[in-house]
Amino acid sequence: MEIVHILFLAFAALAVVAAFNVILQRNPIYSAIGLIVVLCSLAVLFLTLYAPFIAAMQVIVYAGAIMVLFVFVIMLLNIREEESKTDRQKYLKFLAAPLFLALLGMIAAVVKTVGNPAPRGTDQLGSVQTLAEGMFTKYVLPFEATSVLILMAIVGSMLLARREKAEDVERIEQALAASQEGAEATEKEEVAA
Amino acid sequence: MVPLSWYLALSAVLFTIGVVGVLIQRNAIVLFMCIELMLNAVNLTLVAFSRFLGDVTGQLFVFMVMTVAAAEAAVGLAIIISLFRNRETLNVDEADLLKL
Repeated sequence: MEIVHILFLAFAALAVVAAFNVILQRNPIYSAIGLIVVLCSLAVLFLTLYAPFIAAMQVIVYAGAIMVLFVFVIMLLNIREEESKTDRQKYLKFLAAPLFLALLGMIAAVVKTVGNPAPRGTDQLGSVQTLAEGMFTKYVLPFEATSVLILMAIVGSMLLARREKAEDVERIEQALAASQEGAEATEKEEVAA
Repeated sequence: MVPLSWYLALSAVLFTIGVVGVLIQRNAIVLFMCIELMLNAVNLTLVAFSRFLGDVTGQLFVFMVMTVAAAEAAVGLAIIISLFRNRETLNVDEADLLKL
C-alpha cells in the first residue's frame, strides 16, 4: 500500500464523518464547521488527483468565501437550536434500509464496471497553464457567461436582502434635513462673525 | 495510484449523505449546506474522471460549478435573510406560502 492510498483513506473517512456531522447536528454553526472539514479534505483528495489549482480554489473559494458567507448569515440571524421532532418523517425509516442496499448495489456495480484503469495524461494536467489554455481558448464563452451570472447574483441578492421600510426612509430624510439645517446655521454664524 | 472506483464510491457516499440531509433537515441554512455537499461530491467525480481520461475539461467544469455555487449561495442566503425577517424562523415547513 502506497502512501497515497493511506492519504486517500484517511481523508475519505474524515470527509464522510464530517458529512454526517453536517446533517446530524442541531446547531447550524456546527454543521458549517463540519462542511468546512469536508471541503478541506476534498481539497486534499484533489491533490492526490494531480489537480493543484482546483485544490487551491476549493480552499480559497469554497472553504474561504462561500463558507464565510454561511457563517456570517448564521451569526447575523442568531438562530436558536432547533428542537428535535422527527415524527413527521415516520415513513422514511422504512425506506432507509432498502435505499441503503440500493446504494451499496449501485456502488458495487460501478466498481465492477469501471475496473481499475490506468490514469491517462501527464501530471501537468491540472496545472494553471493547462487550465488557462482550456479556459481562454475553447471554453472562453462559458467563462464569460459565468461573469454575467455573478453580476446577476450580486444584483439579485442586493435586491432581495434590501430593507425597505417607510420609517427607515423617514429617518434618513430627517437626518438629511437636520444636517442641512446645521450647515445653514454654521453659515449664518460665519456671516455674523 | 488510487483506483478510480474508490473516488467514485466516496463521491456516491457523500452525495447520498447530502440527499439524506435534504430529506431530514428542516433548517433552511443546513439544507443549503447539504446542497453544497452534493455539488462537492459531483466535483470529486469530475476531477477523478478528468485525471483518468487525461482531459482537462472536467477540471474546467469544476471551476464553473464553483462559480454557480457561489452565485447560488449569495442569492439563497439573501432569500433566507428576507424569509427570517418576515417569519422569524428558518423552518422550511413554516414557509409554505408564496406570499406573506
